[in-house]
Amino acid sequence: MLDNHAKLIQFFSDAKEVIGRKKLQKMVYILQSFGVPFEEKYQFHFYGPYSEELSLRIEELCNLGFLHEEKEVKSNYFQYHYSLTEDGTQFLNQFGVNMPNCKNVIELLQEKSSRFLELVSTMLYFKELPQGEVEEKVRTVKPKQKYSDEEMAEAWKFIDELQVKLQ
Amino acid sequence: MAYKDEQLHEEKVFKDPVHRYVHVRDRVIWDLIATPEFQRLRRIKQLGTTNITFHGAEHSRFNHSLGVYEIVRRIINNFQGRTHWNNDQRLLCMCAALLHDLGHGPFSHSFEKVFKLDHEHFTQQIILGDTFVNKILQRVSPGFAQEVADVIAKTHPNKLVVSLISSQIDADRMDYLQRDAYFTGVSYGHFDMERILRVMRPIEDQVVIKSSGMHAVEDYIMSRYQMYWQVYFHPVTRSAEVILTKILHRAKHLYESDYEFKLQPTHFLSFFTGNVSLAEYIKLDESIVHYYFQAWQEEEDEILSDLCERFMNRRLFKYVEFNPNKQISELLRLIELFKKAGIDPEYYLVVDSSSDLPYDFYRPGEEEERLPIHLLMPNGYLKELSRHSDIVEAISGKKRTDHKLYFPKDFLFTIQDEQLATEITEILYGKEM
Repeated sequence: MLDNHAKLIQFFSDAKEVIGRKKLQKMVYILQSFGVPFEEKYQFHFYGPYSEELSLRIEELCNLGFLHEEKEVKSNYFQYHYSLTEDGTQFLNQFGVNMPNCKNVIELLQEKSSRFLELVSTMLYFKELPQGEVEEKVRTVKPKQKYSDEEMAEAWKFIDELQVKLQ
Repeated sequence: MAYKDEQLHEEKVFKDPVHRYVHVRDRVIWDLIATPEFQRLRRIKQLGTTNITFHGAEHSRFNHSLGVYEIVRRIINNFQGRTHWNNDQRLLCMCAALLHDLGHGPFSHSFEKVFKLDHEHFTQQIILGDTFVNKILQRVSPGFAQEVADVIAKTHPNKLVVSLISSQIDADRMDYLQRDAYFTGVSYGHFDMERILRVMRPIEDQVVIKSSGMHAVEDYIMSRYQMYWQVYFHPVTRSAEVILTKILHRAKHLYESDYEFKLQPTHFLSFFTGNVSLAEYIKLDESIVHYYFQAWQEEEDEILSDLCERFMNRRLFKYVEFNPNKQISELLRLIELFKKAGIDPEYYLVVDSSSDLPYDFYRPGEEEERLPIHLLMPNGYLKELSRHSDIVEAISGKKRTDHKLYFPKDFLFTIQDEQLATEITEILYGKEM
C-alpha cells in the first residue's frame, strides 16, 4: 500500500535531481536489475527497457505534490527535470520505507549520459545471453546508436562496478 | 510446396462481432489456432474482473487474439507493393499478431503482482519451449519460432514489423479498444479503424500516419482516453481486483504458515513456492481459479472464506477518494483503529492507485523515451502527433491520476465499540455521516 510510491520518493531523496525521463527510466531499471526492490514492470521498447508503470507513478507523485516537474524546451524536444518537494520529504518521514542504501550508486548513475545508461540497461536486459551475444544483440536492436567497442567495454566495466557496489 | 507457403483449399472465416469476419487462408495460421495452447485462451477473459461491472464483458483472449491477427492481415494487404514493405515478413507479422497474448494466465494482472510473474515470459516459453505451437513454428523454418518470439518481445531487428504489433497505434490496441467497447456496451471506444488502416504508411523503421488521416487518429486517442477512465479503471472493477489480489495473498500466506486447507491448493502450489513450470502455468485457467474460490468459502480461515465469498457473490469493498499527501496521517490512524476493531488492515484496508493498472495513455514523451505516433507530412517530414493536433496535445499534457481507499463498509456496522466505530466512520466519510 503506497510502498512503491515511497520507494520512488526515497530514490528522489537520494538523487536530489534527475534530468530527463529517459535517464530516469534507465536509472530505475539498472537499480532494479541489481536487486533494488523497485516493482515497476519493464518491457523492451524502441529505446530500451521502459516502464509505463513508472511513468504513471511519476505522474502521480507530481500530481500529489511530492515531486516537482519542470519542462525545459530544447531545440526540437522537451526535457523534464524532477526533484523532491517538501511534501515529498514529509511523506517519506511519516510513511517510512525499507530500502537498501543506494545513494552512492544513484550518484554514480547520474554522472553518466542517458545514451550510456541506455546501453547499460539494454545489456542488462539481455543478461541471460552469453557476453558476446549480448553485444551482438545490442547492435542488432539498436543499429542507429552505433555503439563502439570502447563504449561496450566501458559498459561492462561499469556493470562490474555496480555489481560490487550493490552487493 | 513449403509448409510456410501452404494455403488452405478454401478460405476459412470466423464470424466476429467487431471485424465481421476473420479470414484465414494460411495453413500455418490455421494450425496454430488449433493448438491446445491457443485454444486455452478461450478460457481466459480479456478483461478479467470487468464483467463484475459490465456484465457483457465475457469475451476472451482468444477473441482478441484472432482480432489482432485480422487487423494485421488487413494492414499487410494495404502495404502490398509499397516502398519499405517486404512481403517476406507477412507470415512473421501474422503469427506474432496471433500469438502475442499466448502467455496470459487467468486474471493475469493480479497473479503477476502477487506471484511476481510476467505473462510475456510465458509467451516466450510457449513459443520457444516444447509445445504444439513451437512444433508448428519450427516446421516453417528452424529460426522462425525465435523470430516470432523476438517480434513479440520487441527485440526483433525489423522495427517496422515490431511496430505493427506493438506501438502507440498498433493492431493490439485497435482491436481491444473496439472489442472491449462492444462487449461492455459502452458508447466510447469507437473510431474509424478502416480510415486509419488506409492512411497507415510503412517507412524504414516504423508505421506512420499520412497527415490527412490525423482526425481519425485523434478519435482513436480520445477513445483510448475515455475507455481508460470509464471502463478499465472503473472503481467497482478495481474493488473486485483488490479482493482478488487479497485472496491470492491470503492463500499464499496460509500455505506458508502450514495452514491445513480443506481443499488442498494443488494447482497453486508452484505459484506459492515461486517455481512455476510451463506445464503448470498452462493448466491454470479461470474455471480452475473459480473452483478454488468457490471451495475456499468453506475454509476455517475467516479471512480467506470471507474474501472468497465476497468475490464470488459480488459483495465488494466500498471506497472513498484518498489523497496520500493530505491524508497520510488519517490512513495511519485508520490502520491502528482497524486493528483495534479486529479487522486486519492488511486485507481490509487498501489504497489503490491509477498506476496499479496496466493500461496506458498516449504519450508524446521526451525525445527517445518512447516512440510516439508520427504524422507523415506532405513534404515528407515526420511530425509528432501532439505537435500538430490541439486535441491530442490537450489530453496528453497534464495527466489525471487517482487514488482510492477500499474497505468493507459492512464490517463497520459490526464493530461493538461505538466510539471506535464512530471514529473510523468519521475519518472515512467526514463528520456528517
